This record gives sequence, C-alpha cells and structure tokens, in this order.
Amino acid sequence: MDKIIVIVSGIGLVGLIYWFFFGKNDQAVIAGETLDVLVDGGYKPEKIRIKKDKTTKLIFERRDPNSCLEEIIIPDFKIKKYLPLNQKVEIIITPNKTGTYQTHCGMGMFHGKIIVE
Amino acid sequence: MTIKKSFPIVGMHCASCAKLIERKLSRVSGVTSSAVNYGSEQATIESDREIKDQDLIDAVSDIGYKAIIKSEGEKTPDEIKEEAKTQELKKLKTKVVVSAVLSTIIFVGSFPELFGFGFNTLILLALATPVQFWAGWEFYLATWSGLRNRAASMDTLIAIGTTAAYGYSVFSLFGVVKGTYFDTAAVIITLILLGRFLEAKAKAHTSDAIKKLLGLQAKTARVIRGGEEIDIPIEEVKLEDKIRVRPGEKIPVDGVIVEGESTIDESMVTGESVPVDKIVGASVIGATINKSGTFVFKATKVGSETMLSQIVKMVGEAQSSRAPIQRLADSVSSYFVPIVLMIGVVTFVVWYIIGLPINAFVNLVAVLIIACPCAMGLATPTAIMVGTGKGAGGGILIKDAEALETLHKIKTIIFDKTGTLTKGQMKLTNEVDDRYLQIAASLEKNSEHPIALAIVNTAREKKIKFLEVSKFKALEGLGVEGVINDKKYFLGKTKDNSIALTGSGKRLAIFEVSDEMKERVKEVVDRLTQKGIDVWMITGDNEKVAGEIAKEAGIKNVLAGVLPSQKKDKVKEFEKVAFVGDGINDAPALASASVGIAMGTGTDVAIESAGITLLNKNIESVLSAINLSRGTMNVIKQNLFWAFGYNIILIPVAALGLLNPMLAAGAMAASSISVVANSLRLNKIKI
Repeated sequence: MDKIIVIVSGIGLVGLIYWFFFGKNDQAVIAGETLDVLVDGGYKPEKIRIKKDKTTKLIFERRDPNSCLEEIIIPDFKIKKYLPLNQKVEIIITPNKTGTYQTHCGMGMFHGKIIVE
Repeated sequence: MTIKKSFPIVGMHCASCAKLIERKLSRVSGVTSSAVNYGSEQATIESDREIKDQDLIDAVSDIGYKAIIKSEGEKTPDEIKEEAKTQELKKLKTKVVVSAVLSTIIFVGSFPELFGFGFNTLILLALATPVQFWAGWEFYLATWSGLRNRAASMDTLIAIGTTAAYGYSVFSLFGVVKGTYFDTAAVIITLILLGRFLEAKAKAHTSDAIKKLLGLQAKTARVIRGGEEIDIPIEEVKLEDKIRVRPGEKIPVDGVIVEGESTIDESMVTGESVPVDKIVGASVIGATINKSGTFVFKATKVGSETMLSQIVKMVGEAQSSRAPIQRLADSVSSYFVPIVLMIGVVTFVVWYIIGLPINAFVNLVAVLIIACPCAMGLATPTAIMVGTGKGAGGGILIKDAEALETLHKIKTIIFDKTGTLTKGQMKLTNEVDDRYLQIAASLEKNSEHPIALAIVNTAREKKIKFLEVSKFKALEGLGVEGVINDKKYFLGKTKDNSIALTGSGKRLAIFEVSDEMKERVKEVVDRLTQKGIDVWMITGDNEKVAGEIAKEAGIKNVLAGVLPSQKKDKVKEFEKVAFVGDGINDAPALASASVGIAMGTGTDVAIESAGITLLNKNIESVLSAINLSRGTMNVIKQNLFWAFGYNIILIPVAALGLLNPMLAAGAMAASSISVVANSLRLNKIKI
C-alpha cells in the first residue's frame, strides 16, 4: 500500500516540478526610454522588449542579498556590471540587430531575455 | 580612541615641504600627531576623533599642496565591489571554520563503532542545528528568492538535500524512523562552504590582469603652467598641458614630445621588449617608463581617452563577452536543476519500491548534492578572463571572446606586406657616390615621400650637408627637379622604372630602394606552417617584386597586384582566415576576415574592425596570439569536459546508490575549484 502512495506522489511531484519551473509564462514588458528592473529572486521583468536602434536605459536595483545575483551579464552587448545591494545601476543599450538576447547572473543561474524588434 | 589615516600628498618638491605640511596638519583640530614622508609622498595622521576629510584637504591646500583623499561618496563601483567581496570572504571564512569544527565533532560522535564513543542524538541535534541554519542560512535564502520567481539554482539542491538529511534525523528522535544523518547534513554544508571559499579566493585572481594594468598608471604629473613646474594629480591634467618627464619616471598621459629626447621602455603596454628612441614629434604613451633623457611633451589624450584606459576598457569588455562554445553550457544550466530534482524523485521512488526505504532516502540526497552545476557555469568565463588578461599583459588586445575562440580554428593566414611583414620604411640599398647623394638629398629634403625619405635619411646618416636649391618643382607622379649651383637636375622615375638622378641630359646615378623586412619573419612563417596554417602574402606590388619579398619571407602563396580596395574581396574568398594588417587602410579587409589582426599602433578604426589588436610591431606577436587562443580553448574544453562529464557520470552513480552523500559534497566542491584552478593555469603557459 505504502509503495503505491510513494509511486503516485512521486509521479505527482515530478509533474509539479515540471509545471512549476517550466510551465511559467511571463509576458514580455515593453521598455520605453527607461525601464526599472528589480533584482529579487531573479529579474522582474524577466523578458524585456526593446526597439532596434533605440537607446534604452535599464535601471537595475538588487534587493536580494543572494550573491548569485550580484552581477548582471548581457554577453551579446559585452556588459558585465556589479550590482551593489539596494543601489540603482544604470545600463544603457542601443541594439542594432534584432533577435533574442539572453541576460543572466554571474553564475548563469538566473536568466532573463531582451527581445529586440 | 585613536584613529589613524594615511593619504597621498602631491606637490612636494623638497623635504622642508613635508615638514610644513606636517605642522599644518597637526594644527587641524583633533589631530594628535602627523607625519609626512617626502620619499613616499604619504601623510599619516593620528587623531582622537573622526576628522572630516574636507578639513584635511583644506588644510593642505591652504599652503599650496594637495591631499588626495577619497570620501565615501566618491568610491568607484570597483572599490565598492572589492570591499563587499572582502567582507563576504571574511564572513564565509568564519562560517567555514565554525562549521568545520562542529562537523568534525558530529562526525566522530556519530560512529561509535569506529571511534569507541558516541553522542546522544540530542547532543548531535544541538551541534548540527547551528551548522544547518546559521552556516547554511544562505542556501535557504537563495532557494527562497529563486522559488518566488519559479527558478531554481544550485542552492536549491543543497538546501533540499541537507534539509532532507537533517529533517529525517529529527524525525528519528521521535522514533518515526530509524537512524540519524546529522553528520551527512553538517559535512555537506561544511564542504560546500569550504569549496565556495576556495573558489572565491581563486576567482579573485582571474581579474588580476586589469588590476595590474590599472596599477601601471602614474599618480601625478609635473605640468608646466605659467612658466612654473608643478606636480598635480593625474586626474587634473588637461589637454595641451606641457609636461616634463625626468629619467626613471613614468610618463603620465599620452602625448607628443615637443622638447628633448629619450629612450622609452614601452614593454608594459605594448609588450615590445626593446626600449624605443624618441625625438621631438614622436608620440609617447602614458604609463610607459622614461629611461634616459629628460623631455617635455604635450598632452594629447587624458583621462579615459588614454591608451591605457582604452586597453583597460577593452579587456573589461572582452572579459564580459561570451564565447560561442559557452552557449551549450548556458542553455543546459537553465533546465538542469529542475531535471535533477525530477531525477531525485524518481531515484527515491525506485529504491522505495524495491524495498529499501533508507537507501531511497540516502541516494536521493546524494543525487541532489552531486548535481550542483557550478563548475559548468565557471568553465568558460574564468578561462576567457585569464586568457584575455594574459594577452593584454603581452600587448595582445582581444576584442571579444568570439575572436579568441575563432583564432584557434583558422586554416589560412594572410599577411599584408607593407608595415606588417616589412617595416614600412624604405631604405637605400645600393652604394651611391656622395656627390650625387648630396644633390639628390638636397632636392628631396622637404618631401614626405617614402623614397625621398630613404634618400634624405641616408644622406643624414653620412652627415652630408644639404645644398641650396632654386627653381624647385615637383612633377606629379614623376619626380622633382631643381637648380643647384646653376645646374638643372631631375630626380625621379625613368622609362625603365628605376629611380635616377639626371643632369644635363646625362644619367648620373641610380637609386635602389626597398622596404626592409622585419626581423624573424621567416621563422614565424615556418612555425605557422608547422602548425598546419597556410601562409599568404597580399600586396599591391607587381608579381616580380612581390615574389622576391615572399621568397625572402619563406611565403609560397602570393596575392600580387591587389589594389587596397580589392583586399577585402580577396580575403573573402577564403574560409577560416585571419588577416594581419597594420590597419591604415586595411579596416575593410580586417573586418571581412574570420579574425582580423591589426598590428602596430593601429588606428581606432582598425582596432574597431579587428578582433585582435597587437600593440607592438613584432611579427612574433601573431604567433603568440594564436598560441594564446589555442591554450585558452584547450583549457575551456578540458573544463567543459570535466564539468559535464562529472555530472553525466556521477548522477547515475549516485542514483544507483554507489555514492555516499558526503563524498558527493566533496566531489562537488572539488569540481568547481579544479575548474578555476585549471583556468588560472593559463597564466603560466608560454605564448
């Protein structure tokens, strides 16, 4: 009997993990001239839409003491910035190519996307 | 309470200045003692209370000097980062030491059959709790911040794994289950923290190159203003300032010599090992060292515009860029943790069904702990950081990680002839009668043409005096004519394409000039060929001339008669090709190659279009750049192999129950450290 319970809850748990981590569907936020990005357990917003050839100022503020998040890296724009806790850090980008660019933290654990249209 | 403070002073020119400043500082209210060292240009004060920096700055500037004290608000982001890192490391160290002591006691007390005595479970609980929730608190913190965002990190795995072990043991206190695993939880946390501590220490060294470059910067400059020489901090040097540099001093900013001459050691910036002679009109680079003479130069680039600042900026950018090889690791890491969690659940279920609930539990913990993907994330970036930094130290500037990666794959290398294989300076190669040399040099003395320069320089070397020239005329594309001592002469191209001096209808002398080959070109070409790279030469010269030079250089493949505007298309005909040029009109060719290598002090345009910029004119640097690229890529491949291999092999091993969770923690910590250590090894390779 207990084995059946373990199997059923095991399957349920696998499903739950799948849904929890892969099932999220975030809407991309359209950035104007400036956009505030809150760094707290990840990046909020996680997906950012910006226009090609337009200069956008992203203002990051880290509220999360987790050292994993202390750096923001946007490799395709050669940006790596240290984010001091509770301080605003400006990152200015002017993308000249359309596409989807990954952003991530110093250890590559937290991810975000910049979608250039 | 005594507070001690040290800060640099600029503007002192004798030991009595030091005394003066000392006296002035001691009169600032609150200061109990002050000492100023003229040699090190440092002031040290002691005070019985906190003194405002501004008071000290004012006191020193009252008497005409300058104290450099940075107040809190002026800290650069790098300084803030450095401070935060140091504090973090200190905190981490305390945690490692305390949890190591506790874990050892717990471990010994958990195996009475091994050590002859055992602890009561309650004592174990008392010892394990601080390790779990004080030392391990950051794992919970990070897990929580991730979960709120529906993301998981390695901290999630450690938090779940150790909590499972700890929680199980607490349940066993109440007799729900049998056996305790306090030792497992505590040892895992200790080992992971120890791993992080060592990793952070090693990682700090991956950015040493930039620190070293910044350390090259001079602190002060001796500027001539209003006829007086004054020492000012380097930040205050303005464009067009005249600056005096004495022997043994560092040149503060970039500029052009306007008075005097000297020999300058530029090795720290360009990697060029031989000191360079410089005269009036020559440009000097900030942070290089003046060896022999005294000279005055005019500042042409200051602040963030100087070559050193540009280098630092470029290295910083390259270190933040991503190598294409990293994409796989990047995409894997975002799916990795949730998948491991699922594997963990499956492991538990399977072991439970076959009737071994205790094994099910232990193996679940082992799977979660072994799978931390830390090494994967570190594999490429740490190697890129060390590699680009190492390059910068040798005058090899890498624009981005992609250029560094592509360079190791090239099959063909095309050298531009002039300025790359050759010195770009014409030299007179035949013996010419001094009389005719005198006439020719006098005719050409105001010309900028390379051939004219060759003739004039030879005359200067022979200390030949120039004659008065009248009725001088430059004949576009042909040569020059003029009258010397009532005789009319013509110097220029003849019908058979040689350069001759004619007078009264007679040919008087022939001048043979050629561009001199750089040293060790043949050796470099041979070594490139040995590496399996096809070497080509491209030039605007006709086939005969080009063939001779190519032969001298040991190059078999020649693209002759190529106009500058056609170079780009020629380069495009090749795949996996590197183009080496001096960048003056090579920018399009540099950009159209798989990797462009700009050589010499290249223009900004060249640096922009080239993947790699060699700051010196030494042809061997091309070889060094290729060696650096190969070395870095080797390290990256090794790192990725270990990082992936380790997870791919050890996850199934853990799931099969062949891995003790404590060993898993040790292996996990060791894998991250070994990846960083392997990257640092790049500092030692010979390029």
